[in-house]
Amino acid sequence: MSALLTVEDLRVRFPTRTGVVEAVRGVSFTLGRERLGIVGESGSGKSQTGRAIMGLTPPHADASAKQLAFDGIDLISAPPKLRRDLRGKRIAMILQDPKYSLNPVMSIGRQIVETLRRHERVSRAEARERALDMLAAVQIRDPARVFDLYPHEVSGGMGQRAMIAMMLVAGPELLIADEPTSALDVTVQLEVLSILDKLVAERGMGLIFVSHDLRLVSSFCDRVLVMYAGRIVEEIAASELANARHPYTQGLLNCMPVIGADRHPLPVLDRKPEWAL
Amino acid sequence: MTVTVSVENLSVVYDDFRALDAASVQVEAGESFGLVGESGSGKSTLLRAIAGLAPVSEGAIRVQGRELHGARRDKAFYRAVQMVFQDPYGSLHPRQTVDRQLVEPLAIHGIGDGERRILKALDEVGLGSGFRFRYPHQLSGGQRQRVAIARALILEPSILLLDEPTSALDASVQAEVLNLLEQVRRDRKLTFLMVSHDLGVVTHMCERLAVMQGGRVVERLTSADLVAGRIAEDYTRNLMVASKGFRRKSA
Repeated sequence: MSALLTVEDLRVRFPTRTGVVEAVRGVSFTLGRERLGIVGESGSGKSQTGRAIMGLTPPHADASAKQLAFDGIDLISAPPKLRRDLRGKRIAMILQDPKYSLNPVMSIGRQIVETLRRHERVSRAEARERALDMLAAVQIRDPARVFDLYPHEVSGGMGQRAMIAMMLVAGPELLIADEPTSALDVTVQLEVLSILDKLVAERGMGLIFVSHDLRLVSSFCDRVLVMYAGRIVEEIAASELANARHPYTQGLLNCMPVIGADRHPLPVLDRKPEWAL
Repeated sequence: MTVTVSVENLSVVYDDFRALDAASVQVEAGESFGLVGESGSGKSTLLRAIAGLAPVSEGAIRVQGRELHGARRDKAFYRAVQMVFQDPYGSLHPRQTVDRQLVEPLAIHGIGDGERRILKALDEVGLGSGFRFRYPHQLSGGQRQRVAIARALILEPSILLLDEPTSALDASVQAEVLNLLEQVRRDRKLTFLMVSHDLGVVTHMCERLAVMQGGRVVERLTSADLVAGRIAEDYTRNLMVASKGFRRKSA
């Protein structure tokens, strides 16, 4: 199987007043058409890894890698024009909170049409048709009505579905989902996840699922990378999670309160400095 | 046991939206009581109404035997009842040091002996005096929530209203904050009224809970009942399923 994405020794550095902070320190992995989870706490570099692949590292920061290749295209040396063409068309990203990541002054339908017409030469009528089909695919009951609504007029779950529709309308091969359901209610979370799961499976996309919730990720993905302080500390098949070896992974697994387990106090992470080495 | 917080047929109406619709909850002294439901179910509104932060249109609130009217609360109320909010980024003053945030409630209530109390409060939430003169932006989310808890505890209240105290935090930090809350409750014999959308957190922290939907209390049960699956309402069952995490249907 040829790799869809190859990442070798990815580093993201942020210059700050107190010196350079390395948020991602030498991350390497390859991704086929599979579901890969990246898990870690805030500040572990999981989101910056996703953003670097997408080419969304902030301008003042510096992203470098020995190799960062998507389907044979070297992303490091790619000119900005090529990266813009890839972004949205072949690599798409779903962000955490629809309240902040949708354009507040543009109707949902127009945002989806904009994405599509940026990447494909289609007529207005056809673009509208495809946007409506896509809204129906993310199980929005009345696509024609939602098409004309603005982001503030829809609920969080609906907004997140609209974002998924927007990201998938151009038919990407790689989807990066950065905490796609963290801002949603538990009941809505499952709906959105099952929609995402179905579409990823149907279209044979590669998926990178970034989250702090190890249990959620392991129930959703085939393989999980656990990150701590900018490095991958453990890579494990989701089905093997119970046999995780690294104490950090075990700590993340155990610290969640579980219904029916009477553990007082909850086990907490005892962070060891050597994990960050 | 005596009822310390009693809410009867409470309604909160914003224009033509009923955020809370004749909800009743009784919390006994010394217990930890949970409110669960999805966004918009009115669980936070109930808490805010008790604290005087939501317009009450009908119903009665009684705290420690005293009936509360309108949205005004006197100083004695705030000495007995303190609140911790969801978002530690939003609930601390960005331009005040931890020290000033902790001095403020003491100054309002005319309590002396600030030095000792501040050090004690910081120590109690596990921060130590090194954090005393830092600004909120110099702290992590978990540390900020600890400051918010210290601020609530410094007046030595007997009731804490907790509005999703850990949902803005990482899972690993959540465990630390939950442990801290349990410990201060044990040490000070506090009463907790805790709102959360996470059934795991609520069953871990609370003995009894009320499930809310659309501004109404749809079911009251004990955590033990919930764990054992003795559930009467479909809505509660749905929440239970949702809290178990994602399952692929075909698999």
